[in-house]
Amino acid sequence: MRSISTSPSLLAAPAALFLIVFMLVPVGLMIYVSSLERGAFGGVAWGSHTGIAYEKLLFERDLTGQISFNSDYIAIILRSLRLAAITTAITLVLGIPTALYMASLPPRHAAFMLFLVTVPFWTNLLVRNFAWILILRNGGPLDSALAATGILTPPLDILYTPLATGIGLTYSFLPFMILPIYVALERIDKRLIEAAFDLGADRWRVLSRVVLPLAAPGIAAGAILVFVPCLGAYVSPELLGGGKSLMIGNLIQAQFGASRNWPFGAALALVLLLVLLLSLILVARIKRREQAAS
Amino acid sequence: MNETRHPLRLPGTAIVAALAMLFLYVPIVVLAVLSFNASDLTTIWTGFSLQWYAKALGNETMLVAIGNSLMVAAAATGIATAAATSAALGIVRSGRRLRGVVEGLLGLPLLIPEIVTAVALLMLFVLAGIRLGLMSVVLAHTVFCIPFAYYPIRSRLAALDPALSEAASDLYAPAWRRFLRIELPLLAPGIFAGALLAFISSLGDFVITYFVAGPGATTLPVYIYGMIRTGITPEVNALSTLLLLTSVVIVAVVFRSGTTPANQTRGDQMS
Amino acid sequence: MKRASRIRTFLAALAIVAAPAAAVAQSKQLLLYSWANYVPPDLIKRFEAETGIKVSLDVYDSNDTMLAKLQAGGGGYDIVVPSNSILATMIKSDLLLKVDAAKMSNFSNVAAPHDRPAADPGREYSVPYLWGSTGFTYDSAKVPGGKLDESWKEFFEPRPELSGKIAVLNDQGEVYSAAALYLGLDTCSEDPADGQKILTLLEKQKPHVKIYSSTGTIDRVAAGEVIMHQQWNGASHRSRAKLGTAVFVYPTEGMNLWGDNFVVPKGASNPESAKIFLNWMMLPKNAAEASNFSGYNNAIKGSEDLLKADLRDNPAINPSEPLKTRFRPVKDCSLKAREIRDNVWTRLRR
Repeated sequence: MRSISTSPSLLAAPAALFLIVFMLVPVGLMIYVSSLERGAFGGVAWGSHTGIAYEKLLFERDLTGQISFNSDYIAIILRSLRLAAITTAITLVLGIPTALYMASLPPRHAAFMLFLVTVPFWTNLLVRNFAWILILRNGGPLDSALAATGILTPPLDILYTPLATGIGLTYSFLPFMILPIYVALERIDKRLIEAAFDLGADRWRVLSRVVLPLAAPGIAAGAILVFVPCLGAYVSPELLGGGKSLMIGNLIQAQFGASRNWPFGAALALVLLLVLLLSLILVARIKRREQAAS
Repeated sequence: MNETRHPLRLPGTAIVAALAMLFLYVPIVVLAVLSFNASDLTTIWTGFSLQWYAKALGNETMLVAIGNSLMVAAAATGIATAAATSAALGIVRSGRRLRGVVEGLLGLPLLIPEIVTAVALLMLFVLAGIRLGLMSVVLAHTVFCIPFAYYPIRSRLAALDPALSEAASDLYAPAWRRFLRIELPLLAPGIFAGALLAFISSLGDFVITYFVAGPGATTLPVYIYGMIRTGITPEVNALSTLLLLTSVVIVAVVFRSGTTPANQTRGDQMS
Repeated sequence: MKRASRIRTFLAALAIVAAPAAAVAQSKQLLLYSWANYVPPDLIKRFEAETGIKVSLDVYDSNDTMLAKLQAGGGGYDIVVPSNSILATMIKSDLLLKVDAAKMSNFSNVAAPHDRPAADPGREYSVPYLWGSTGFTYDSAKVPGGKLDESWKEFFEPRPELSGKIAVLNDQGEVYSAAALYLGLDTCSEDPADGQKILTLLEKQKPHVKIYSSTGTIDRVAAGEVIMHQQWNGASHRSRAKLGTAVFVYPTEGMNLWGDNFVVPKGASNPESAKIFLNWMMLPKNAAEASNFSGYNNAIKGSEDLLKADLRDNPAINPSEPLKTRFRPVKDCSLKAREIRDNVWTRLRR
């Protein structure tokens, strides 16, 4: 009998095969769809090819066939990237100390807290956003609480602003940052840290030189799990943010809904995929170069 | 007894953790309070009533939907976590090129907007003659659960010392035994965290479920989105509250009584 | 050997997954696909009791996603409930079964003009369900003078006191049509210049808008988050139940009149049960129960007397004849017109 260790590819095979069939094939299907003419009543016109979906990303045509540059979609993509980056940064700021604290707990308490962090997400996204509407609304609990402290005067007008969107998104994605970081931190050898202290390092030095580098794989995993899905978020931007600015997730969704332009939706998704892949490869390159240098 | 402070307990972390928990639970408290609202609106309090609990428990469609949701989430989480664990173990031992390709594949479901995955999967299922029902929903959920399960496991593996398992294999331990006795316990927190993230991702999914579901396969999120037009009622709050309470009670009992995935691994660090 | 059994398990799993779609058709069953709480649960129970047909309900969130799902090949449902705005599209995309509703025994109950909608003039494919209009609601206690003009002008070019207190539906069809009607343009115009005029109007309105959203409109009006809200009449009726000073406006420039229909998609598992349901829903008693539950009017003669008093007496639901002249049935626009509308809607929120 062959040992599993001699055939690592066999271990990865189930997941890989599954995703080839149910992810790579659908992506191929969408690449094909993006090359098609849109159907007169929605859907696509199978068999008639055109590059119009990609042209639409950057240019618009008027009735006479005049082509002019159109920056609408670039603006929407950039705004979404910015919002996802801000959300990732805030979840990091909240997530690292929380994960550190959890990793310092006795294991059983830590595991229970791990569970507690995810429990709120057993409830539905819409209902959670409704709860935030009530909290953030003028005259709501936050308004009165802050007014009672005397620092700010109501109404604060937080609801239906980008700040409210940020709160909603941070809320939705926080566990996806905390858990991977905790998992990486939990393994850190206590003796290593104690040794650093013994050598006279102060807490912040220990944090920046010992703890955070060891937590790096967790931080990287958390950043991916927050940043990428956040790009597709559309509920909080509408319900809390006021829906005045489109997000890329919203825009792509609309192509398969009210806009009835599947080829354009597929093209947008593929361009987004390309941007994300390129930036991930770039990050990995830089990391590798840094590792090689040190 | 003079217990030494854990060195990771840096100043300020407890406060931030407390704030984070407060942040996570304030909306949940609000949501639970509103389940007792007399009004049929979800954001305006008018008075106390238990009517929404009675309505929720009498709403057959919604109860079926929540059953579907839990079933799908459990199945997809189980399959995805097993596949992701196995893949992580394989990848850590393989060459850089294979690793790059497989990792790219595992991350792909995250990078594709869910509406695109949804429509493409539906088209694939239809082309392949796969019946649209709960099974097609489980398949689709497994697709996007794999990366959520995989990333925490991988970040765990990256922090592990590969020498441990090599030592075991030098001792001629059979592969399955090495997995059960060494790798599984070491990976357990990662697997646990990955499974939790996969579970909540599955439980919350609307778009993909919506497209690949056939008759009789409505899940709770699909049902709740279907209420948008006529207005979401505190029925949903009541049901959510019941679900949360049940899960917390069950898990609290388990954590009090039994062994948990995480507590076998760090015994060496406890003082 | 271990590997062989693993492969066998995998194949067995595949076989289960790939089982063909056939062989599920049971007699006396109806797979209804609609919004949640749109067909009253008690009415469904009565249908089951009277006909012996067991109904199972699945739900969708919007016409658009339902259309996309059926176009991508999803389905198997016996009844879906599309609005007039996509009915013609569904017929032309060959998604629907011809049921000859006009020949059904209860069809004589259908009131004009719902017996001959533009999308399905012969009622070959559809039976009318509920209908409504899209205007705007305001809180008369909070507007200057306690009254606003019956004009879209109040909504699109609001008085300074109402700036920042306005909510607009997040629905390109509704917003674009309302703006077109206010400007006196064709709602399905294929002239980009018309699109530009509408965009200019909407961009001028945008700084005064607090939120674009179709979700939770009743809460928003009742909580006083906004003073003016573009709204469906049934939602306005329910807002008024929470906030007595809420007034629904029928703009003199015209407003969208929409209607929903029961249809039977191709590939339905139980088309015969579906036809029984279609005919049954045209009985005045059943239509009235649906209206009383949902707060929207129906298209069935003889149901008026069975409506709840507050519904019958509310002009938002049961308008007088002069108000009815302000209705403009929603049209299914051409591809070119839709493209212009879509570009306007995207640019407004770029």
